[in-house]
Amino acid sequence: MTSRLSVRGRAWVFGDEVNTDDMYPNFAMKLPVPEAAQHMFHATRPGWPDLVEPGDIVIAGKNFGLGSSRPCAELFVHLGISCLVAEQYNSLFHRNALNYGLPAVTVPDARTLLGEGDVLWIDAVDGLLRNETRGTEHRIEPLPAFVVELVEGGGLINRLEAQGFLDHEDATAGGRP
Amino acid sequence: MPDTVIERILGRAAGVADVRPGQIVTCDVDMTVVIDVQFAQSRLAHVREVHDPDKVAVVLDHAVPAPTPRDADHGVKARAFVSKHGIDRFYDVGRHGIVHQVIAEQGLVLPGTVVCCTDSHTCAGGALNSAARGLGPLEILQMLCTGRTWYRVPPTIRYELTGTKPAHINGKDIFLAISGRYGDATDHALEFGGPGLASLPLSDRRTIATQGAEIGADFTLFPFDSLTEEFLAQVAPGASYTPANPDPDAVYADVRTIDLGTIEPMVALPGTVINNAVPLGGLDRTRIHQAFIGSCANGQLADLEVAARIVQGRQVAPGVRLIVTPASQQVYLEAVKRGYVATLVEAGAVVTNSTCGACFGYHMGVLAPGEVCVTSSTRNFRGRMGSTEAQVYMASPATVAASALAGYIAGPDQLAEVAA
Repeated sequence: MTSRLSVRGRAWVFGDEVNTDDMYPNFAMKLPVPEAAQHMFHATRPGWPDLVEPGDIVIAGKNFGLGSSRPCAELFVHLGISCLVAEQYNSLFHRNALNYGLPAVTVPDARTLLGEGDVLWIDAVDGLLRNETRGTEHRIEPLPAFVVELVEGGGLINRLEAQGFLDHEDATAGGRP
Repeated sequence: MPDTVIERILGRAAGVADVRPGQIVTCDVDMTVVIDVQFAQSRLAHVREVHDPDKVAVVLDHAVPAPTPRDADHGVKARAFVSKHGIDRFYDVGRHGIVHQVIAEQGLVLPGTVVCCTDSHTCAGGALNSAARGLGPLEILQMLCTGRTWYRVPPTIRYELTGTKPAHINGKDIFLAISGRYGDATDHALEFGGPGLASLPLSDRRTIATQGAEIGADFTLFPFDSLTEEFLAQVAPGASYTPANPDPDAVYADVRTIDLGTIEPMVALPGTVINNAVPLGGLDRTRIHQAFIGSCANGQLADLEVAARIVQGRQVAPGVRLIVTPASQQVYLEAVKRGYVATLVEAGAVVTNSTCGACFGYHMGVLAPGEVCVTSSTRNFRGRMGSTEAQVYMASPATVAASALAGYIAGPDQLAEVAA
């Protein structure tokens, strides 16, 4: 059985203080999500979205996601990123990720344990990270129960829909594709 | 147990007697604010019922008047949304402005309350003793439906202000002095207080509170005092609210004393404000192409007044564009009445419509590759104001105005040397 909280994929390693304007450039805000996602890391790693494969995992350092409320997580999800791993998050960015159903775990020494291209297996519920490339295994802080429930359910939209707060996507005409 | 400001507000809003840092609490939100760009989230149109339309405001600010058909469509959706749900507090084009300025002017940010909006600079409301913060579009959607959300109670860093703020020093200088020296405050609340506070007008408090987002603070809070009371008597006469001041024996993650009398004009170098600001006097001569005064941080009437005073009777340097964006229609109108707009235009400045515009590099003053800008806006990330190959320095409105005249980053006291 697949779970959003048990993932396997290749690591992409970024630095400290990766900011939202780099992940979701201002001009991309003029575009629909699928096109906007093609401009992630426009400033620091142009062309990166072309290299991403579904299941890949993004690793970052301190203060990951400093900046705006623009939903970078939605772009990551669109590209098929399965999990974020950071030494520390900006709280607004972190909450955005979880709300879009994207697991985001904190590993204080992430960049020591994980390198670019390493194949990782992460269980965010039990708190286990396996670096298959290096043959190492590490205990990590599991996500809290209320976050597990949120992410497992696919994020806030699904929850609000299930609770009867939202009409279903196809119920209203004129929604943006 | 004694409380810091944030512990007091979140504890009250959660109905929990004693909250501590690290604790997760679920709070009632007093004011949920939706902005134009949020209408890119198509599910807003699917909300069956807004939890409490009296606790919702909709403000069009980021891309108005619309620069693209897509942005125009967000306006269409916003109008349909407020109409469907009977939301009275709607600030459409004409009554608009940058959301944080508008909600403060309209008396929608009250001491001791919880305020949320889909914009990271919502922490501006902390100037008015409100637990205001930015949250993502889905979370705002949730609040519209349920009226609630969760918070992790952050530990608080206390800035104890002493001395008196010199007249030429802006909240921006104070903030950059702090961010340059102490770096980031990720996952913390900032709380300001102390005897120096009396010399800090609300405009400077709002600048500082707004910029808290730039060092990753969850909240930036000022206590309630006579200046807050005076402001609220103007914008929200008769409003009832319960201020949340800290207990004298509240527990802080750190207490840092700032003597306001020692603050110098500061400049942040391109990229970030975190450990990246220097006194203006220590900056090498830096030529500029654009100077920008605006945004939720420094597009206030006080900021335009300073700019007008500095450029009065002078001319913007050849090869430089001075762009001034009043933070709201109300600020714009008052600046027109007081003659600031005429003074600025006579000096060669462009005074734009109220919008987030140039601050986030979306419209009304975007930078080309190789250009250098000095801005009083909120953020100096690479690519923030246009090309990723442009450089964005950050400084106070006084420094930006003087720089526009000098052609390089300079303070008003350096203008004698460049005067014709």
